[in-house]
Amino acid sequence: MTGEALPPYALALGISVDHDEAENPVLSMDPSERVLGRPGFLHGGAMSGLMEMAAIAALRAELVRRGEEMQLKPVNVSVEFMRGGTEQRTFAMGTVTRAGRRVALVNAECWQDDRTKPIALAQMKILLSPAGSSQ
Amino acid sequence: MSDTEPQTLNDLPPGFVFDPSRASKMTTRHGHGGWLGITYHAHGPDWAELALPWREELVGVAETGVLASGPIISLMDNATSMSVWTRTGRFVPHATLDLRVDYMRAAVPGRTVIGHGECYKLTRTIAFIRGFAHDGDPADPVAHVIGTFMATHGTYL
Repeated sequence: MTGEALPPYALALGISVDHDEAENPVLSMDPSERVLGRPGFLHGGAMSGLMEMAAIAALRAELVRRGEEMQLKPVNVSVEFMRGGTEQRTFAMGTVTRAGRRVALVNAECWQDDRTKPIALAQMKILLSPAGSSQ
Repeated sequence: MSDTEPQTLNDLPPGFVFDPSRASKMTTRHGHGGWLGITYHAHGPDWAELALPWREELVGVAETGVLASGPIISLMDNATSMSVWTRTGRFVPHATLDLRVDYMRAAVPGRTVIGHGECYKLTRTIAFIRGFAHDGDPADPVAHVIGTFMATHGTYL
């Protein structure tokens, strides 16, 4: 991930940049008591938080490639939970579906030991504004 | 919590009438909710409110001190989940199927965020929920949510 530090929330949850995949940062989250919901299972909010971080990281990487400096403001997020996450390392990667001048649509996927069996999907809409401007 | 208190919602005795204030003591002490510092706030027949106090560790933008959106999702997941059991009057194991969150504005740094969850429709297997989060004035929300839960063992009705 190019130069952008993860925020306090991500670091406290045990989220870090694992590697890049086709220029997109893949984030990982360590298993811990902090991310569990019902006993033995990941909390949906922790999965969502990880996917949001991955979505934003993917968008920042895309903006860096374009040489644009933008402020990001999340408009909404829609999350689908498909499988219960268990107590193990969890990954997420965002894919920028469309980033125009004003708004970006980013998808994110969350998986654990099997990359082909995602446990959750997220779609996030993010407002873009030139850095330094107010909106 | 005394040793005789049930440690998880699965340990509740049969016939236990769901009490959000009591149940919150279990669900908000451990795990993700416990780490976030989520506590019980209020409830009614088909709604429940939980509180998320502001804390440095939960910040999403270091420069501004604005809360990350992840904790808001977790708060609303928990509050709407609680509203389902408040409506059924008993604990039914379930899983979140989907959740959509609209962010109206950033929560003001330092303020406690209140999550209001409401279960507006139950079928045998699906609970339809909606809710909003505010940081002091319910008329000026920071987020709105809508989503569904599915009963994983047993039925809601």
